[in-house]
Amino acid sequence: MNIKISALQFTRDVKSGNISAEDFIAKTMEHIKKLDGNLHAFLSLNEKAVDQAKEIDKKIKSGEKIGQCFGMPISIKDNICIKDTKTTCASKMLENFIAPYDATVITKLKQQDAIFVGKVNLDEFAMGFSTEFSAYGPSKNPWNMDYVPGGSSGGSAVSVSAFECVASLGSDTGGSVRNPASFCSTVGYKPTYGLISRYGLISYANSIEQIGPLTRTVEDAAFMLNLIAGLDPNDNTTVDNNNEDYLKDINSGIEGKKIGIIKEMIGEGINSSVLSATKDAISKLEGLGASCEEISLDMIKYSVAAYYIITATEAGSNLARYDNLRYGYDFSVEGYEFNSYIEKARKKFGPEVTRRMILGGFVPSAGHAGKYFLKALKVKSKLTRQINDAFKKFDLLISPTVPILPFKIGEKINDPVALFLIDINTVTANLTGKPAISIPYAISNGLPIGIQLIANSMNDKLLLQAAYALEKTVKLPEVPL
Amino acid sequence: MTKIGLEIHSQLTKLESKLFCSCKANYREFEPNTNICPICMGLPGSLPRLNQKAVEKATIIAMALNCSTPEKIAFFRKNYFYPDLPKNFQITQLNIYGDTSVGGTGILMVGEKKIRITRVQLEEDPGRLIYEGSSEKNLVTLVDYNRAGTPLVEIVTEPDFENPREVREFLNILSDLLENLGVSDPSLEGAMRADANVSIEGGNKVEIKNIGSFHDLEKAVHFEITRQQSLRSRDIPIIQETRHWDDKRKITISSRSKEEDLDYRYFLEGDIPWIKIGNQVKEKLKSEMPESISSKKQRYISKYGIPAQVADVLSSDKFYSDLFEDAHTKENAKEIANIITTDLMGLVDTREKRAASKLKPSHLQEISDSIQSGKITRNSAKNALYEIVKTGKKLSDIISELDLGNVSDESELSVIIESVIFEEPQAVEQAKSNPQTINYLVGKVMQKTKGKADPKLTLDLLKKKIR
Repeated sequence: MNIKISALQFTRDVKSGNISAEDFIAKTMEHIKKLDGNLHAFLSLNEKAVDQAKEIDKKIKSGEKIGQCFGMPISIKDNICIKDTKTTCASKMLENFIAPYDATVITKLKQQDAIFVGKVNLDEFAMGFSTEFSAYGPSKNPWNMDYVPGGSSGGSAVSVSAFECVASLGSDTGGSVRNPASFCSTVGYKPTYGLISRYGLISYANSIEQIGPLTRTVEDAAFMLNLIAGLDPNDNTTVDNNNEDYLKDINSGIEGKKIGIIKEMIGEGINSSVLSATKDAISKLEGLGASCEEISLDMIKYSVAAYYIITATEAGSNLARYDNLRYGYDFSVEGYEFNSYIEKARKKFGPEVTRRMILGGFVPSAGHAGKYFLKALKVKSKLTRQINDAFKKFDLLISPTVPILPFKIGEKINDPVALFLIDINTVTANLTGKPAISIPYAISNGLPIGIQLIANSMNDKLLLQAAYALEKTVKLPEVPL
Repeated sequence: MTKIGLEIHSQLTKLESKLFCSCKANYREFEPNTNICPICMGLPGSLPRLNQKAVEKATIIAMALNCSTPEKIAFFRKNYFYPDLPKNFQITQLNIYGDTSVGGTGILMVGEKKIRITRVQLEEDPGRLIYEGSSEKNLVTLVDYNRAGTPLVEIVTEPDFENPREVREFLNILSDLLENLGVSDPSLEGAMRADANVSIEGGNKVEIKNIGSFHDLEKAVHFEITRQQSLRSRDIPIIQETRHWDDKRKITISSRSKEEDLDYRYFLEGDIPWIKIGNQVKEKLKSEMPESISSKKQRYISKYGIPAQVADVLSSDKFYSDLFEDAHTKENAKEIANIITTDLMGLVDTREKRAASKLKPSHLQEISDSIQSGKITRNSAKNALYEIVKTGKKLSDIISELDLGNVSDESELSVIIESVIFEEPQAVEQAKSNPQTINYLVGKVMQKTKGKADPKLTLDLLKKKIR
């Protein structure tokens, strides 16, 4: 049986009786057990997955009503709550946290008969771009095991890329879905802010992050969006999408569309293979009838700084609850006063989280907020104004997802500033709330390159149509497992 | 000049659910930590789900305090560590980045004096800390999160009070106002709390926290003024600080924690989008607002001729005015107002007694009718009322059970009067020369009939017989 199929193909095959959910899940679990010792995409596995698949097959046989997923194996980033399942955020702080409730996306996928094969790795609390900051060790890039898979949703990208599942849910705060998708050659999609409920996603920087799918194809991303998007009473920031069908008309093409090439995202420091892949993608789009033209959004040069100030501020607040009072770990409190207690309790945070918490205590504090936090908010609103102006002229914007190729494990972990520059092309979509997608586009020296498209708010359908058109121009080799 | 300002916290006790989840707003009847959910416990991944009703109630309060109300409101995070705060930040409101609280500046009149309101904001109440243990060594702090997330309205005043009496009057008026609006029950334990700041002429401002009741607030303010004056008289500088009210010793003591130095790192709560409160919504809320206390009072006076003092008592207490509104007609309004403010008050003067009371508006109508038709005396009415509050029985049943009916039979009454005249020869003689003193004899007749003698008939008969 071939498990290297798309999510939609899986649902068609199970529905038609070509394959059974049980066989597919069993084979997938076997595959995971064989590979994941090296890849380390998973932090925990669902030992009941095969039994759940049996139930699905029973339902199909008896003609019972069945959800659109037909037992589709999905991996879930370990910062999204599944009831009665460990949700660690790849942190020692939540090592034993068992979520007492389902995230909204999980509830929706359960209703559609998805099977969660396991929880996948991330940088601790989703802070990082390589999974090297996971408290449980990094994941490896299936294209070359010496390389990072990107992050923070690295486990998601690895599991999709290495056929350990057919689709995954990650979260994207500054590129955390798109970056690993680009590094592992999968599709990674961050929808418009508010399109998918964040209820049950453990917050890092709540004002800009979104849950997003990582899939093998653009169609699969649209399919996943159909299943999980829409208004949720449990998340006041969700928007009504009127039950839009994102799969319908996905092959509409992009003839006559105007595409802006973001100048600041193909400038200094860009890798030459990445640049030529980008230029190639632009000419392909033009070949499909789109017109492309450069545009400058000069606030982008401040975007990474603003991004780190805003995310650190929100993280400092969102992670304040991990004070070891309600969950955490046992230690004798004898002899501690408040400050020494908090210091001890917080020792479980890793270096990157600690760094951002300290930053988050400083940049919005009285006397410094004006210089940092409030300035960052100004950058955010100016950048939003600039990109909104750009969308008056253009339907879409294009850039490489990451200006550099995947790097080796350990190569950049001690160089936080270099890591930060990796975000330059992805943070804009988060700061402005726009939908953005990374499409696998090329392989250079065995390492993947992704192309990013950005659309205006609530133009997710157009974005997926364009991504679909671009995807159809690409033929990539299979991952060398 | 002494300056006193207040920060009042009032829970919106009339709401069904908490501010951000569907747990009960009325946490009081639960076992510790059973009125909780992932949201009010701030569990990882949970998000606040704003209770729109709370926004409406808070807006109504702002309107009633004559505050400006912005077009759009927002929520902010106040970041600080405390065990009763599940998220280690409180979701609250703020006006430092423009007016985004439910209420801006306003005014509440206390008699002739204007008290300026600085702002009204909506926020979540933290959990409750309970300290147990007999000595320092085995002291434990227990946390009960049942209250966490309860809707709380903070009302901040300018330092417009000059003495503790004004503070008390203001709090009485405010508490009546909140009750009349149907947003809060101030008599519930912990439903209304207040902090005060006090400064004397040219001195620094001192904040007093941890004041358990309004009664203590007045005492605390009084103590603090005296303390500051005494420092002043000895040329000792008054330090700007936060002091805690020591409930047992009835003094304020300096807090060792430097709360004034805390940096709350306020920023916008991104999980709750800005909320539009447009003119249409405001108009709707305004139209649904209950009649104000002062307007009720005016109506009672001008429409029914109820004396100002009675109207004052009647209008300012929602329990009484609700009863009155349901029971009165144009004809019996004065009588019913009278029954409520003279006879009923002592019977239902606590929230427990009110909750247990079986009295219905129809009872008041029955009593008023029976008095006016001469079936029972006012005196008997009082006794009947006591029984009604206790049992809820019909007035007619109580009259026959307790034999409260008037003695208005002339021959029956004559026999009693004769015996009084026989027993009180001296008083009879006195009454002959000084008719004013005849009331003493009327009283004696009442005594013999247990207050049931028809007073008018008694007087007529007495006069006839003595003459």
